Amino acid sequence: MIQFKNIHKRFGKLTVLDGLDLDIKKGGIFAILGPNGSGKTTLIKCLLGMVIPNKGDITFEGKSVLKKWEYRNNLNYLPQIANFPPNLTVIELINMVKNLRPKSSNEQELIQLFGLKSFLNKKLGNLSGGTKQKVNLVLTFMFDSDLIILDEPTTGLDPISLIHLKELIQKEKEKGKTILITTHIMSFVNEVADEIVFLLDGKIYFKGSIDELKKQTNNNNLEHAIANLISKQYA
Amino acid sequence: MLKILKYSFYDLMRSRWSYVYFLFYLLLGFVLLFLNNDVNKAVITLMNIIIVLTPLIGTIFGVMYYYNSKEFTELLLAQPINRKKIFMGQYVGISLSLTLSLVLGLGIPFILYGLFKSTAIFNFTLLLIVGSFLNFIFVALSYNIALSTENKIKGFGYAILMWLFLAVIYDGVFLISLVMFDEYPLDKFSLIATMLNPIDLSRILILLKLDISALLGYTGAVFRKFFGTNFGMLISMSILVLWVIFPIFRMNRKLKRKDF
Repeated sequence: MIQFKNIHKRFGKLTVLDGLDLDIKKGGIFAILGPNGSGKTTLIKCLLGMVIPNKGDITFEGKSVLKKWEYRNNLNYLPQIANFPPNLTVIELINMVKNLRPKSSNEQELIQLFGLKSFLNKKLGNLSGGTKQKVNLVLTFMFDSDLIILDEPTTGLDPISLIHLKELIQKEKEKGKTILITTHIMSFVNEVADEIVFLLDGKIYFKGSIDELKKQTNNNNLEHAIANLISKQYA
Repeated sequence: MLKILKYSFYDLMRSRWSYVYFLFYLLLGFVLLFLNNDVNKAVITLMNIIIVLTPLIGTIFGVMYYYNSKEFTELLLAQPINRKKIFMGQYVGISLSLTLSLVLGLGIPFILYGLFKSTAIFNFTLLLIVGSFLNFIFVALSYNIALSTENKIKGFGYAILMWLFLAVIYDGVFLISLVMFDEYPLDKFSLIATMLNPIDLSRILILLKLDISALLGYTGAVFRKFFGTNFGMLISMSILVLWVIFPIFRMNRKLKRKDF
């Protein structure tokens, strides 16, 4: 479904992606992991067309995405830091995004699920970090798209919302969707992810299931297995 | 693009600053008319203010809006919209709301004072047109600076420097060079140097339409010969249009390679 071919990206002197190749098949939950600054967000932003790679090509459903924008109608993205225009109210923002995307949406159900009803007429500037993240989740999940990209979805969420989020992700997976997640919470990965993609030094260092990773690193605990991979960078 | 324009426009119309700006012009218009008691004289005083102030406000609004709406722009960039349209929508939204503040703020007191019965209507319209042009030009220039500068403080600094250069320093350098090269023929040089600065161009354009160009002496005669005619007017207007088009063109080129 998604193919990264020989992606290079430099920011000034810093090389973030260095000839990265990655093939993601349709359906399932993929966790993109890696130490801080390993290029997880850059990789996702390349796919979204927000960061333009120096070299290489990215295809989505068989078509190159570089310099295009129509393909974004078929993906939903949850940005890492939810900062919205402080002057708008929650409902205005939701209506605005709906207005920009000619697609049916089920925001009512999600507003109910995350208990946002009483916040709808509040200005976004007055919301707490966790509430903003819930609004962010509503905006991401309200459209029906084949690909869902979540950048640190758990930030600031309370335990109940976290459970709802996990259910939501499972439900979308059952519909046969592809979900990419970046996170540092290993228990979350353990619970939801089907496959792990591990980024190191701007390349894919490991790609496979959680069991394969445990076997390869001789570690029964996922957190330690990942730590084992990262420690190789510091060695 | 129209949707983005609409939202930027509403967003700005809702912010306090648009009203402050509008009320400032409204007050200015009333005070000037009250003090001068003559529409023609008020237009001249107004010109001096507009020519310095609209570029400054346009510059500050442009940079401020860009940096303040950065996260929101990122949200838009992930939606199925062409990048170019997002930024063009924002740009036109800011310029339009500023222009609206200018035109309404000054238009209301002048109309109440009997502008339509006065001979100054043409000059006043020209003043508003030039002011609108200055809005569009300086918002575009400041957007260019903001797009090229990641750091907010630096971006703000560069934008203010640009305004200071075009509004003040440029004239100083221009005058010094006129004095220094006194012995050479300078008509062509001064004509071209005026064209290269949108603020100077606007000033000359309005001055020559008002009947005070006799005060300008010999140079005034040269300018009058050029700008005073319909041809000169056409050329200067086209150059103002170029001053809008060129920064927009560069903005779009920069956007193609920019990472967010």
